[in-house]
Amino acid sequence: MANVVYSLLPVCAFFVYQYGLSAAASILVVTASCLLAERFFVRTGTQAGSLSDYSATITGLLLALTLPPGFPLWMGAVAGVAAIALGKALFGGIGFNVFNPALVGRAFVQAAFPAAIATYTPSFLPNRFSEFIPSTLAWPLMAPADTAAWLKAMQYDALASASPLARWKFEGFVTPAWDLITSLAGHMAVGPSPLLILVCGAYLALRRFMDWRIPVAVLGSAGLSALVIYAAFGTKYPDPFFMLFSGGMVLGAVYMATDMATSPVTPRGMWLYGALIGVLTVVIRYYSGLPEGVMYAILIGNAATPLIERITQPTPFGKGLSIRARRSASYTMHPDYISREEAAAKTPTKRFLKNKPKKK
Amino acid sequence: MNGAIQQPQGTSAVALVRTLGIVSTVCGLIIVAAYQGTYDAAAANRRLALERTVFKVIPAAKSMSEWQATPQGIRPVGGETVAGAVKFYAAYDADGALAGIAAEGAAKGYADTVRILYGYAPACQCITGFGLVASKETPGIGDKIVTDKAFLENFKALDVKLNAELSALANEVKAVKHGTKSNPWQIDAIAGATVTSRAVGKAINDSAQLLLPKLVPELEKLGKKES
Amino acid sequence: MSDLSQARTFDEFMEGIWRQNPVFVMVLGMCPTLAVTVSAVNAVSMGLATMFVLVCSCGLVSLMRNIVPKEVRIATYIVIIATFVTVVDYVIQAVSLAVYDALGAFIQLIVVNCIILGRAEAHASKHPPLVAMVNALGMSLGFVIGLLALGAVREVLGAGTLFGFSLFGADFQPWVVMVLPPGGFIVLGAWLLLFSALKRRQEARLAAQGGGHGA
Repeated sequence: MANVVYSLLPVCAFFVYQYGLSAAASILVVTASCLLAERFFVRTGTQAGSLSDYSATITGLLLALTLPPGFPLWMGAVAGVAAIALGKALFGGIGFNVFNPALVGRAFVQAAFPAAIATYTPSFLPNRFSEFIPSTLAWPLMAPADTAAWLKAMQYDALASASPLARWKFEGFVTPAWDLITSLAGHMAVGPSPLLILVCGAYLALRRFMDWRIPVAVLGSAGLSALVIYAAFGTKYPDPFFMLFSGGMVLGAVYMATDMATSPVTPRGMWLYGALIGVLTVVIRYYSGLPEGVMYAILIGNAATPLIERITQPTPFGKGLSIRARRSASYTMHPDYISREEAAAKTPTKRFLKNKPKKK
Repeated sequence: MNGAIQQPQGTSAVALVRTLGIVSTVCGLIIVAAYQGTYDAAAANRRLALERTVFKVIPAAKSMSEWQATPQGIRPVGGETVAGAVKFYAAYDADGALAGIAAEGAAKGYADTVRILYGYAPACQCITGFGLVASKETPGIGDKIVTDKAFLENFKALDVKLNAELSALANEVKAVKHGTKSNPWQIDAIAGATVTSRAVGKAINDSAQLLLPKLVPELEKLGKKES
Repeated sequence: MSDLSQARTFDEFMEGIWRQNPVFVMVLGMCPTLAVTVSAVNAVSMGLATMFVLVCSCGLVSLMRNIVPKEVRIATYIVIIATFVTVVDYVIQAVSLAVYDALGAFIQLIVVNCIILGRAEAHASKHPPLVAMVNALGMSLGFVIGLLALGAVREVLGAGTLFGFSLFGADFQPWVVMVLPPGGFIVLGAWLLLFSALKRRQEARLAAQGGGHGA
């Protein structure tokens, strides 16, 4: 899975370019805490896997990318440990996890520190490479410093530090789509450029480390449902481009929803799973109290995965409707792709599936 | 479990009823005793808790009495309750003069209904403070409504004057976006806790619209506290 | 003889605290365990309320064990338990309204706490009053310990305080999740994990010569 890490490096670099020192520290600390937690749980001997499979590194990088750049480092460490402990070790390690570990970690800190995780800072601050965002360096267990006062001292109003989704939800302001796609327009509180993520994702799909169906299904269904609502109810809702390129939509669709262990393996299942996530995201964003919905949509999609796999099982020729060993996906994957469906795969199958491996 | 009751045919119905009757009587006696024993203390506790919240929103208050506003006018609580009556509390200061009115309001917040108690000063026809009765708002965000100094500043003198006909508020009390308060009847919402701030505004508005038109014309009825 | 009976009594007492701990071993009474353990004070008051109900109703059940026909025994137990729950409800209202509001409906729900009916049926109805009450006392102490273990962790992380005393100063960042329901499940899971790990280690040590480690 080293290739996934390589493809994430440009995204991380862009993130650091946007937010400077704080983003770099956040990525390092979160990834390190994920690796340490993984090391601890692998060492206790209760789960499969090793650090060299890079899965914990990917979890750490993705988790850091979904957190605000000024997220206090100690909270980042908590998120990393929670991601591995609750999201992965609890289920028995790599390949057994039901939910995407990075999102479990994020969901945990979202519930634990709702104020800190909603505190964004504008990108491209002039002194971002010489100065930390003050909230980054909060003492462990202590509340972070007030970034609003810090920004005010630098003559930025509070609006620039609200994420585009929060601005739409609470103030009805729709950020232009092109600014969102490149993330280059100055002083917005946005993550790495969706365009860059799409390019990196395309590399992965071309190298067969990822199934293109899932991101296409997620983005397609989210765009379509947003378009339908936009066409039906008009100006009350933002245009579909805003839906697609704001928040964590692209990152979630390309890197999180495609997580191998937690997404369906059947081609039809992938479409269904992606569509479910897309629609859920739109529903949560529009009709719930939360500005962002990608995380919960993907977690719900993960939970539905076993069911989706069951109802989209391809029927081998000559067999009845009963559940049989399934064939490989029609889309040939890179040999390094860790998949549950191949006999020679490095990881065992999920415990609750029918073809449970016999214990020695 | 040995003795007569272990006969294979089971026990007679009379014995069953008798046992249950004895047990119920004993238990009933215990409950009545406990109720009688704790009634005064519990009632005193309740009154104390209520007074504490009322006195918090009307700092000058030293004593209080419960009233209700009915379509026919206001009267002290006691005896029969009238349908559609709104309960409120009249608070008196140390000399027995009316110090303010406290009433409850509720509105849907971010998580659940936010219930507040607000203090109304008849002299300036304004809200002088509010306290939380119950809320399930997100700790750290929504619960800032009782700690945020700038937000509480709104309730130093929130204008709730009635219109000329005394039928409704002259200006609707409303929470506005942070930093855009321009009138004394507006509430400057907390940035990041807009939904909860709005709920406070709506709770005050709904309750005041209902209560004040009935209350203000008959304010002198509250008069001094009769001792 | 007194030596033997003392040892027996002590054993009855310790059963609930360690070997059959209602929270960590039997995993009973999860509803109050998860719902009211937001703070250590709430946890202890809930535990004490349960203790009062458990000890009193076990005593009464045990006193009446010879006169209650078995056809109506469950009905009798429920009436007895409900009586003491009502008593405890009144007493808490009289003692502290704050605690009463914090515990909410869970005081009344003690009546359906399966620890109590379970103890009445499985133990008190078969033993003399003193033994039954000692066993009930141990059981409810185990329950208090379990609730306190959860409540303390959740209060320290969720509010930075323990029994209302601030531990980390004013700047502490509360972990909101700990006072929400998921925090209850996470902390309970962690404690269960710890207990079963300890138990497994103990068993492994006992079976060390047999070389039986696995499962």
